[in-house]
Amino acid sequence: MVALPDQAGTVTPWWRNRRLIPWLVQAAIGLVVLVVIAFLVGNLVRNLTAAGLLLSWGWLDNPSGFDIAETFLPFNAGLPYWRALLAGLVNTIRVVIAGLVGATLLGTLVGTASFSSNGLLRRLARVYVEVIRNIPLLLQLVFWYFVVFLSLPNGEQAIQLPGIVLAKSGLFLGRPELVNGVWQAPLRFTVEFGALLTGLVVYTAAFIAEVVRGGVASVPMGQWEAARSLGFSKLQTLKRIVLPQALRVIVPGLNSQYISLAKNSSLAVACGYTDLYSVAETTLNQTGRAVEVVLLLLGAYLVIDLVISALMNGLNHLVQIKER
Amino acid sequence: MALLRRLAAALPLFACLALVGCASEGSGIQSQKIATIKARGKLICGVDGKLPGFSFVGSDGSYSGLDVDVCKATAAAVLGDSSKVDYRDLNSSERFAALASGEVDLLSRNTTYTLSRDAAGGNGLSFAPTVFYDGQGLMAPNASGVKNLKDLSGKPICVESGTTTELNLADRMREIKATYTPLKFQTGDQTYAAYLGGRCVAVTSDRSQLAAKRTSFPDPAAHTLLPDVLSKEPLSPATVNADPLWSDAVRWTIYALMQSEELGITQANVEAKVAEAKANANLADLRRFLGVEGDFGKQLGMPADFVVQAVKAVGNYGEIFDRNVGSGSKLKLDRGYNRQWKDGGLIYSPPFR
Repeated sequence: MVALPDQAGTVTPWWRNRRLIPWLVQAAIGLVVLVVIAFLVGNLVRNLTAAGLLLSWGWLDNPSGFDIAETFLPFNAGLPYWRALLAGLVNTIRVVIAGLVGATLLGTLVGTASFSSNGLLRRLARVYVEVIRNIPLLLQLVFWYFVVFLSLPNGEQAIQLPGIVLAKSGLFLGRPELVNGVWQAPLRFTVEFGALLTGLVVYTAAFIAEVVRGGVASVPMGQWEAARSLGFSKLQTLKRIVLPQALRVIVPGLNSQYISLAKNSSLAVACGYTDLYSVAETTLNQTGRAVEVVLLLLGAYLVIDLVISALMNGLNHLVQIKER
Repeated sequence: MALLRRLAAALPLFACLALVGCASEGSGIQSQKIATIKARGKLICGVDGKLPGFSFVGSDGSYSGLDVDVCKATAAAVLGDSSKVDYRDLNSSERFAALASGEVDLLSRNTTYTLSRDAAGGNGLSFAPTVFYDGQGLMAPNASGVKNLKDLSGKPICVESGTTTELNLADRMREIKATYTPLKFQTGDQTYAAYLGGRCVAVTSDRSQLAAKRTSFPDPAAHTLLPDVLSKEPLSPATVNADPLWSDAVRWTIYALMQSEELGITQANVEAKVAEAKANANLADLRRFLGVEGDFGKQLGMPADFVVQAVKAVGNYGEIFDRNVGSGSKLKLDRGYNRQWKDGGLIYSPPFR
């Protein structure tokens, strides 16, 4: 049966109006969502008020009373909570940036290695990806920290090279000295930072390798063959012809890996690194301001991830085919 | 018919309500909790279960420790048999809910006595006398040469996050104007693993816990507790606020253990002391304490010989301490604040009068 078009004199009843009904349904769903949100927020405010804990931010100016192991900005227990949280945020950003660079380099290497004509290299790359991808990150962090980094020698037995010392307490650069049994140097990276960075880089690189492999595989074989017939070497082909085309496929995939890395950095507590999450946990415990601290945490990670996304979207625009 | 029977069953209750305050009437004294325990034939005691010296499950499945002995003494006092205890392992977040819901009758699980836990507007617990005066301390390997808090200046210290120990440590280090590196870990296991891995020069926690954990180290003798005490942690058993008669029974059972030590009554000589008290009418204090004369037991709603039963089961406070955490144990803790008041400690039982 075919719906008859409206004819003069016959009016379609409103419940069969094809323009009105979808609009009404949308409005009804929107209303339900609003009511649910209003209920949740109202419930939160009501209960917090009952408990005398309305959202307030004055405590951010109170002295924190705790110390942080390693900070980029100077910090001590007398400084307010917002300075502690800021120090934690800077620590998070530090490990995220280093992790992004490291994971990208290692991931690209492993990803392209899986196209190598060298069978050993190819298989090693596959084994690396399959092993690392299938072990939980938390477990890997615990392994790197407790098994690998804490097995480093300490004090005078530390591994010493000209200008560099690698000890249980960290990596020291620029004329390290042993003062009172403790290594000191102008530039220092703790083993906690090292373990977290290593864990994040190794783990994320396995996923990035797969993204890179997928990207390279998406470039038609004809491109390789054409390049070869023009006399390009294999490395040249990869660098000048294949990777630029593969990037169009790789960049969106990278974006989500980068975001994962930023979020995964909150597993830092497993290896004693004082990141934003660790500082927030202590702050929450001491102030009891659970809602405010969690809101700050949510906001901070959201902003970090949105910034990464925005940068990656910009990059994506750059590498897309320019159709004129 | 059923309704009638139910009404008939409730009659004594109405009669009781009519005679206002029948619970305080000498002969009719009855605690709901004690009645439940007697009917069940067992005391249900909430413990940690994983802390050597306080409550620990042995290889044969039996519980031992200072906290466990408090359970045993209470069961002996109420039921006359220290073996009639069911233990429930509780973690620190379960413990108060388990007590409040009545899942356990008594919480004997190294719990710090604080205002918010005692207050009706807080956890609403009723605390028994402190059985262990603890404090936050520090432990360091002998080889490190660290002798006190000052020596830790500029050194890394392992600490469990999400506890007040972090704040206490920061406070004390600020007082002595020392810088240090706090390494925070989420669980106790990670904290001690990092300490044993040599990442920190010291680890901080309750002193009793440090001593207890040390017994499970590969070489316990290689680690020393520093003399500094950073905070007050009085560990006390607890009951719910709702049944003051039961709380009193637990309270005075524990005081009886402390008073026994003061009077020199031990697990070995308690029977002889009873015989002595019975034979000698002049020893009025001792006769009352051991229930030979007077009605202390009855006033508490307990058997007349509850003190004798408790001491016979686990010994006096000093014996309990030595056996579980003191010189007779692996922990080898000093009595410290847990000495009798006569010896300059804080263990002090009010008079049994």
